Amino acid sequence: MNAGSNSTVLLRARSSVCALYGFALVAFALAFTHPLILLAVAAATFGAARLSGVQRQLRGAVRFAIPLALMLAVINGILIRDGVTVLWRFGELPPFGQLDLTGEAFAYGFLLALRVVVIIAATALLVAIVDPDDVLRRMRRSAFRSALTAALATRMIGVLTRDARRMDQARRCRPDAGGSGRRAQLLMVGSVAAGALDRAVDVAATLELRGYATRVAPPRGDILPYSRADRAVLAAALGLIALLCVGVGVGLAHFEPYPRITAITGATELLYAALIVLTALAAPLIGERGRRR
Amino acid sequence: MSALVFERFSYSYPGSDRPALRELSLTVEPGEFVVCAGLSASGKSTLLRAASGLVPHFHGGEASGSVIVGGISTREHGPGGLAQVAGTLLQDPETQVVMQTVGAELAFPLENRGLSRAAVARGVEEIALTLSIATLLERPVDQLSGGELQRVALGAALAARPSLVLLDEPTSQLDPVSGDELIWILRRLNEEWGTAVLLAEHRLERCLAHADRVLVLSDGELVCDAPPREMLGWAGEHQPALQTPAARLFERAGLRPPPAGVKEARATLQSHGLLDPAAPLTAVEPERKPGRPRRPRRAQPAAQSALSCRGLSFDLPSGAAVLRGLDLSLQPGERTAVMGRNGAGKSTLLRILAGLQEPTEGKVSSEGRVALLMQNPGDYLIHERVDGEVGAEALAEFGLEDVAASHPRDISGGQRQRLALAIVLSGDRPSVVLLDEPTRGMDRAAKGDLIARLNALSAAGTAVLVATHDTELVAAVAERVLLLSGGRIVADAPTAEVLSGGWHFATETARVLGGQGQACTPEQGGALLRARMTIEAAP
Repeated sequence: MNAGSNSTVLLRARSSVCALYGFALVAFALAFTHPLILLAVAAATFGAARLSGVQRQLRGAVRFAIPLALMLAVINGILIRDGVTVLWRFGELPPFGQLDLTGEAFAYGFLLALRVVVIIAATALLVAIVDPDDVLRRMRRSAFRSALTAALATRMIGVLTRDARRMDQARRCRPDAGGSGRRAQLLMVGSVAAGALDRAVDVAATLELRGYATRVAPPRGDILPYSRADRAVLAAALGLIALLCVGVGVGLAHFEPYPRITAITGATELLYAALIVLTALAAPLIGERGRRR
Repeated sequence: MSALVFERFSYSYPGSDRPALRELSLTVEPGEFVVCAGLSASGKSTLLRAASGLVPHFHGGEASGSVIVGGISTREHGPGGLAQVAGTLLQDPETQVVMQTVGAELAFPLENRGLSRAAVARGVEEIALTLSIATLLERPVDQLSGGELQRVALGAALAARPSLVLLDEPTSQLDPVSGDELIWILRRLNEEWGTAVLLAEHRLERCLAHADRVLVLSDGELVCDAPPREMLGWAGEHQPALQTPAARLFERAGLRPPPAGVKEARATLQSHGLLDPAAPLTAVEPERKPGRPRRPRRAQPAAQSALSCRGLSFDLPSGAAVLRGLDLSLQPGERTAVMGRNGAGKSTLLRILAGLQEPTEGKVSSEGRVALLMQNPGDYLIHERVDGEVGAEALAEFGLEDVAASHPRDISGGQRQRLALAIVLSGDRPSVVLLDEPTRGMDRAAKGDLIARLNALSAAGTAVLVATHDTELVAAVAERVLLLSGGRIVADAPTAEVLSGGWHFATETARVLGGQGQACTPEQGGALLRARMTIEAAP
């Protein structure tokens, strides 16, 4: 993450409030299946990414998510026999039994696909706006092992990507190109995994050598007051969490896929979806306007 | 109080019945610059890991005896506790940085000590200025070169101003310029801050001149603890593989005592009247006929060459040019070296020649198979046993039959290098063999074995192209050197001419002799000096 003085509100705010904001968006996508709410979370996520200048990272994540989501949609459509609108009747097909393709199963499959894409996009936003170095610093005293694991994972992504690229080139340098078939693939995966473990051990040793395990507290006077960006993002995150609690608590945006798709969409749901988008985008929008003034 | 004390310390790694260190007793005093030498697997890295607390706290295993670092016992304190008195830099710069930016990396050890924000900021600024990396502070670490990365890792190790710094082959992945700079920085810190330095290194010629003492380990035991000159004398009798090129030059010339560095060697030769005091430190360009300026060799037609390329260019996605219109031709059996600083495009050139990467422009043609041995031999090893990688015949040819049943990751670095070479050479005989930094982290004995193998390949008609920073390897193997800079071949000449005509891209022998007689190896230099002695002795 780039948190220089010229960066946007979500990139300037401290990592703890950014993490809260990102997790709130992810939680919405996990809690609701209603298409309107999912679309609202998607709009909030992509809007926040655009306002923060991290839309490229999101695009990359979505490109990765779409094939997975489509596969999920197709599998749901083929395997789920619930739903009353039969599109195609295949008859008996061992070992699945009676196989009917229903409109509800396909529609719900595509809804699940949308949900996967939104969850992955919101997670990508979370990763893009949270500074892993700051997380490492803040977590080390309260959750040392989790912080160590998170730090290792963050650091290892780049290292392992380069390792995997090199190992693939080395495989192509072998006269037999490392063989073919599933066994050769398994050997390659095993080798990359073994290399990853070696690398992870080296990085963990470096963390130890830099005194990470000492867990010494920073001086009291060193705790920075909340900045304008911190306050704006915290307010948005708390607003989103409050909306989430209310929505789940009163059972808003009810959705039933089977036997017929039932998605209650009234004025309350429309207002609720609008509030999600506005609350999520308020922080980057208001924060930036305040800064320009 | 001593900076480091080992007292009858022994250690075995988990699951190993052979001790990595045996009854080790030694002391490093404050402000001392100590070099740790030894062949591969002699225990150098384990010694440094024991001094930093990684052994046994991180690696486990069985330890006896004691290690005291700056008054702190490693029995009671792990690496985190010892970090306040000892900074450690391990071999691989990629796994030596843990944060996203250079500034955060330098601040990290200071924050871990609970220093105030102001103290952290001051510490970062000071270490950045000391190591000349102030301009890198805002840069993401994944955009740094190997040399920059190693310097940042050194900065992180030194940020808390430890009284002892432990370094495990910190120059093994650096070009000669970056490697020399790193050693000079250590010398400066040692002199100005009084930091004690314990440095494990294979390329002794790089650091011996700066050392107060040299420790030699063999099979986990301390077999020599002496000032550099005495250690070189000892090495001449007991472990010739540890002699520096200058020491071997003196031995060949029948001179004593062996010199610890170039300056000392030149002074001795001048005192014997074997070196003109006015002789330049670099060679004078050989005389040429007027009106005939030297030109780089032109690429030969593909039909005569084992490999040739024309107009080879390669641009990064960002648009930066790595290679610009390279013409190159390798004849069957020809032994060529590619040299150049880190990032000059050597590895890219080799990958393109081997067909692993497509050039942006230009064409490569070869007579037969092109085999490439990349920098990290471990990348080639994918099986659970050594004999799964290549057949029994190849194992025997490469002297690996004893480790046939071992896991490829459990064998030594030299053996791994041989195994990787056996893998790429298996199957049809290649017409060209390309090697990328094949001697990285290799001791002189293993290097000698590699040199013999490359010469045998060449004799069988295979063209050999080695990309390396190792001038001693180039002098021993190559007959032709290409110097790459800015994506272009800026020199293409016989080895003796290139290696005796420079400073960074010169062997230690050439630097001692100032390029005279274009002698690059201790053998050539020794013969030159003996000839001079004969002339002087003649009536």
